Amino acid sequence: MSLAFATIQELRRRLRAKEVHPRELVEALLDRISSVDPKVKAYNYLHPERALESAQKADISLPLGGVPIAIKDLINVRGEPCTCASRILEGYIAPYDATVIERLRAAGAILLGRTNMDEFAMGSSTENSAWGVTRNPWDLSRVPGGSSGGSAAAVAAHEAIAALGSDTGGSIRQPASFCGCVGLKPTYGRVSRYGLTAFASSLDQIGPLTKTVADAALVLESIAGVDPRDNTCDPTPAPSFSAKLGEEIRGMTLGIPKEYFVSGIDPEVEDATRQAISHLEGLGATLREISLPHTAYSIASYYLVATAEASANLARFDGMRYGRRAKECDDLLETYGRTRDEGFGREVKRRILLGTYALSSGYYDAYYLRAQKVRMRIREDFLAAFRDCQAIVTPTSPTPAFRLGERAEDPLQMYLADIFTIAVNLAGLCAISLPCGFTRSGLPIGLQIIGPMRQEETILQVGYAYEQSTDWHTLRPSLS
Amino acid sequence: MTYEAIIGLEVHVQLKTQTKLFCGCRNEFGAEPNSHLCPICLGLPGALPVANEEAVILTILTGLMLGSTIPPRAKFDRKNYFYPDMPKNYQISQYDQPLCLGGGVILPALSFPKDAQKEAQALANKKVRLVRIHLEEDVGKSFHLERCSGIDFNRAGTPLMEIVTEADLTTPEEAFALLTTLREILRYGKVSDVDMEKGQLRCDVNISVRPVGTEAFGTKREIKNLNSISAVRRALKHEIQAQIELVSSGGRVVQQTMRWDDARGETIPMRTKEQAHDYRYFPDPDLLPIQTQGHLRGEAERRLPELPERKKSRLCQTYGLSEYQASVLAADLPLADYFEQAARSTRNPVALANLTLNDYLALRPETPGPASVPPEYLGELADLVSEGQINSRQGREVLAILLQTHRPPREIARERGLTQISDAQALDAFCREAISANPKSVADYKAGKAAAINALKGFVMKKTRGQANPQRIHELLESLLREP
Repeated sequence: MSLAFATIQELRRRLRAKEVHPRELVEALLDRISSVDPKVKAYNYLHPERALESAQKADISLPLGGVPIAIKDLINVRGEPCTCASRILEGYIAPYDATVIERLRAAGAILLGRTNMDEFAMGSSTENSAWGVTRNPWDLSRVPGGSSGGSAAAVAAHEAIAALGSDTGGSIRQPASFCGCVGLKPTYGRVSRYGLTAFASSLDQIGPLTKTVADAALVLESIAGVDPRDNTCDPTPAPSFSAKLGEEIRGMTLGIPKEYFVSGIDPEVEDATRQAISHLEGLGATLREISLPHTAYSIASYYLVATAEASANLARFDGMRYGRRAKECDDLLETYGRTRDEGFGREVKRRILLGTYALSSGYYDAYYLRAQKVRMRIREDFLAAFRDCQAIVTPTSPTPAFRLGERAEDPLQMYLADIFTIAVNLAGLCAISLPCGFTRSGLPIGLQIIGPMRQEETILQVGYAYEQSTDWHTLRPSLS
Repeated sequence: MTYEAIIGLEVHVQLKTQTKLFCGCRNEFGAEPNSHLCPICLGLPGALPVANEEAVILTILTGLMLGSTIPPRAKFDRKNYFYPDMPKNYQISQYDQPLCLGGGVILPALSFPKDAQKEAQALANKKVRLVRIHLEEDVGKSFHLERCSGIDFNRAGTPLMEIVTEADLTTPEEAFALLTTLREILRYGKVSDVDMEKGQLRCDVNISVRPVGTEAFGTKREIKNLNSISAVRRALKHEIQAQIELVSSGGRVVQQTMRWDDARGETIPMRTKEQAHDYRYFPDPDLLPIQTQGHLRGEAERRLPELPERKKSRLCQTYGLSEYQASVLAADLPLADYFEQAARSTRNPVALANLTLNDYLALRPETPGPASVPPEYLGELADLVSEGQINSRQGREVLAILLQTHRPPREIARERGLTQISDAQALDAFCREAISANPKSVADYKAGKAAAINALKGFVMKKTRGQANPQRIHELLESLLREP
């Protein structure tokens, strides 16, 4: 069996026992990539020589020593392109490492390459990429989800042992759910955003996509923690996220929000989620119905806050200092206009315009400010709910992976793919998605476990308990 | 009809910090273009700002010096507009929650231009109110060459403090006085060197005119980016005149942004209101709000200096100086400190002040370095002069040697034989000799020509090689000549 199918946990044991050399592992992954990536197209950029070189020098005593990891193409890695799947960053080579990259290096991980995504992380299908679409390893006619679709597909197709993604409104969890892997969105501020190309600064968070819950804990342990370069980074030190893995969940109360099981949800998804919830009850957890009354407003609030921040964050892409610049322009205004017109895709332009509008004088109070107030209400909903439970369980996405092109022309329909994940970002909480079943046609279904701020250990504990007593995570796509 | 002008200023001051406002790059003027840069000040994808605590403290300190209120919470906002010298195409500034609110500046007469110091306006000690003081990052600097443009981003991200006044000013001279006063205060707080050549003080002015006696404000025009105090005065003079001419000939002022061409002495329109920006301010999500009340305010309070006006009145009271002397000393903080140290070792601080201002200032080397001459030597020298042991001309001579050799003034005077003869008996002999040797002058004096005594004095000075005490000789000669 190919080493590419192994988890971090297994590999750590085998690498340390010298049963496997990191170089063999990297070679196995490169083989796997060359056989399946032409179908999946999870990667935008690979650098086999550098990966093999660092494998040669890998220190296997480190927490992730010798483990190959793929990086979403919006996290800066020194000396490598960082395109954010956008033409506007064509030719840009990052001159510095993001904090998470420094930390992965320090933990001994091997960087394999850069995974595809929706342009500037805007989208839920990885169809909005300037470099082409990524396909769902379970059904190549379907999307992998987004925006971290390349990272999720790479892990699901065993083209990487683990990957980093970023989650602004569900961009780690939703593709994890579509691809049948584990996706963890840490508490806002838990992982430094320094070096993560910003989409919406108050919502963005880097997190791991892995094959198992235990692996997610391991990767998070390596990248989390205080960073003086990120002012919004949580000043409390990161705990050992693996500490509670294996602890029983007997006696724990899990909240089931009634607003998350209403019309619009795919019956197979609802069925699988309800079975997973019963399964958790069977493991000794107490279920309690809770209410998150402002859920209905989360998408509206999100699309105002996120686009407002994005309109400013993306202003720096103007062709002046780096990236692509439109040719033969007569004056400055034309240079700006054409550079951005040629460089940005439709969804990015749509969101910049939406955000610019929301912040414009005369509209600020009605849109941006109102959205921030709603956001506070959503946060208060969760605070109130967490007085009665330790974690909240919901579906990750209302549907399984949809077909390529199915929603591409309908942005509102596309935005609904994040309906169960967005509120978590608005409230700054942590949440994990893990496989909890398959549709009759063989598409993975994800279960979302939401925790209060800084309670990653709890959701990892619940997720691990579920995972250990089911075998969804052991299934592999046939990739035919 | 007579018109009056209404003027408000926005003063930009570069803060004296080691590093830039949001990154660790050096805050330094005059380096090789684009040599102080990092991903943060260049606005590269993924780079995040972290606020420089020292810049925040200096801004709060400025607020405290100017009597502002320091709100317990301040925040940074993004001001969005596109310009090639602005790396992120938004400037991190402060919008509705600045670090300092209110406050004011009193304009002392001596802060006005020299030719206007005696005007009633200058003597009124007017208070100009402040709206706010906030902190923001500066942008880069564009250079337009023949066929292309270049940008030096070294200045991008350096800390800039903006002091906004109410429209309380009415003349160019008041604007001049405000800037002069502010500059002195900022130097006192060691907040900025306020070096004009380095662009450390830049100013935008808003001006409108209205007929005297009316309440409503006229339409204002803004002149951007004036980079010296005298340019502000010149530009305002020109602009006020231009607006008055326009309005009194029946025209209307259009709201406009202007640029000052100092060489041509003209204001030139840059853009009209139709092109006004919508800056779309919103809170910067990368920076947490600033809680001012703990350490930041404490540190600013610890650094509060004695302010110029306070120092002037204390110098007058403590040392009996004239207001002018006190002002000149207070305007030069190292000199004032030096004077005060020297004053500890003199019995006559006024004489010390004269020595300092008349002689020391004229003779001291380019870079003073207060330690160059031990201050107690200056005090000692002041005593030598004021107690008549040497005269003031000899005092200058000693000072010149003192500045070279750093040796005690008494020694210098003794070695050079520069002791003034004040001894009555010795002088009496010289004076009698003068009288007997100059019968004509004596006769003239007795005939009523008081000035004739000078010739006798000159004789004595010559005989004593300038060492006689002129005051004493004068007195002695007078009494001898009165003798029958």
